Amino acid sequence: MPDLATHARRRPCRRWLASNPGAKLIDVFLPASAAGIMELLSPVAPGWGGTLLVGLLHSIEIAIGATCLGLMIGTAGAFGKLYGGPVTRDLLAVYTTVVRAVPELVLILLLYYAGTDLINQVLTAIGYSRVDISGLAAGIFVLGFVQGAYSTEVIRGAILAIPQGQIEAARAYGMSPGLMLRRITVPAMLPFAIPGLANLWLIATKDTALLAVVGFFELTLATRQAAGVTKAYLLFYLAAGALYLALSLFSNLIIGRVEAWSRRGMPSVREAR
Amino acid sequence: MSAEASAINMAARASIWLKPHRIVLILIALALVFCAAFFMRWDWLPQYWEMGLMGIWRALWILAVTCALGFALAVPLGLAQAGGPIWFSVPAKVFCTIIRGTPLLLQLWLLYYGLGSIFPQYPWIRESWLWPYLRQAWPYGVVALTFSFAGYEGEVMRGAFAGVPRGQLEAARAFGMSRWKIFQRIWLPQAFYRALPTLTGETVLQLKSTPLVATISVIDIFAVSSKVRQDTYLTYEPLLLLALIYMTITGILVFVFSRIEARIPVKIG
Repeated sequence: MPDLATHARRRPCRRWLASNPGAKLIDVFLPASAAGIMELLSPVAPGWGGTLLVGLLHSIEIAIGATCLGLMIGTAGAFGKLYGGPVTRDLLAVYTTVVRAVPELVLILLLYYAGTDLINQVLTAIGYSRVDISGLAAGIFVLGFVQGAYSTEVIRGAILAIPQGQIEAARAYGMSPGLMLRRITVPAMLPFAIPGLANLWLIATKDTALLAVVGFFELTLATRQAAGVTKAYLLFYLAAGALYLALSLFSNLIIGRVEAWSRRGMPSVREAR
Repeated sequence: MSAEASAINMAARASIWLKPHRIVLILIALALVFCAAFFMRWDWLPQYWEMGLMGIWRALWILAVTCALGFALAVPLGLAQAGGPIWFSVPAKVFCTIIRGTPLLLQLWLLYYGLGSIFPQYPWIRESWLWPYLRQAWPYGVVALTFSFAGYEGEVMRGAFAGVPRGQLEAARAFGMSRWKIFQRIWLPQAFYRALPTLTGETVLQLKSTPLVATISVIDIFAVSSKVRQDTYLTYEPLLLLALIYMTITGILVFVFSRIEARIPVKIG
């Protein structure tokens, strides 16, 4: 530890440290606790690192589930918007417009209460007793519903970007719609869809934080609990931020690989210019 | 001629809405609205509408301030990344990555609970003129939302600055313009026109982020609806009205921005 008094004139923060003998720089991060940073973040019982990691795991579970559900809704929605009848198209337009115009937080509250309420009412109407919907299932459903609206637009745009002749050729060969989807449409649209879908995955990982507001135990709520108990607010929020950031950067790494794979055989962006 | 054209235009616009299936859908929607109006409880409205208007006003005010400040911050961030020396571009890149890589809710709570718990320990902060502001919640909300907007828009502005053709800047230099004048007259306006279409989307996203400030006890429209829910034990009515309010604001924003965009010259670069 350097001599604090010599620094006191330059840094007001140091002045406080100098005026409180016995205080260390660590106390800035851990105001109410004398324990060390490593002890607080350690994954075993007295530390809260394990709680944070469990929260991170729940966040990842929800993000994966919501993205998968969103992809299913998005694929169906895109096909409905492109090839569906007039009523389907109008209803899907209402769905994507409304979901994209209302804040996620409001939608989450609305769907969370409405969804669990609806299921329980149906159950009591059939004669079963009420059930507690698990937070995980509710979270996946709610975020998946929101993601579905965004991925509908992404996939619709990607399908429109496919040269129309490819789809016509597939039809001319007599391919069934299922075979055409599997062999032609999906592989041809992937390079156009992946940047948008990758963005949606990153949004999904961050939107899981909103579930903390309805009381689902994920990384942000875990952080809030840990910080509330230990009073080391800054430390735990910074740690959670580092975890989210690591998840984003790791995802970016994977996305880069997947994008390169999906564009194989196509001219690179730089050459195409 | 123009009156005739506008009449045809109006007729075309009306016929879009008057297709048979649309009429049925609109009637169903109207029936749903009437059901909601008659069978749900709205008797709390007279008591809370004043508070609600205050909440809407506060949300719009936060939106305007954070978008303006965020954009002012995004310009240097984008400029630093597009053509700055490495000691500017790397910190700008790191800032954008951190902001875009972590949830806004976490950033908000980090500022409010984290910094908010540290500031009171320093007597020199408590004695400064800033303290009356730092004790309230809204400055933390404004700062977090501003940083968030700057982080996302900074990335857009980087692309916009880099997308201005080099020939334009070279021509400006050949005319003997100073570096500041090139930036002010050529580089910034063209980059701004390029970024304008994304600005609509970013502003709507920012509007959708504003309810998060309710979690740090700023009374915006979202907080008002939460209060109504707590007071009256109603679940759906306040939330449905809230969704309607946000949809209306989004619609107005999109309309205003499309008007602004229509006035910008289409051919650029």
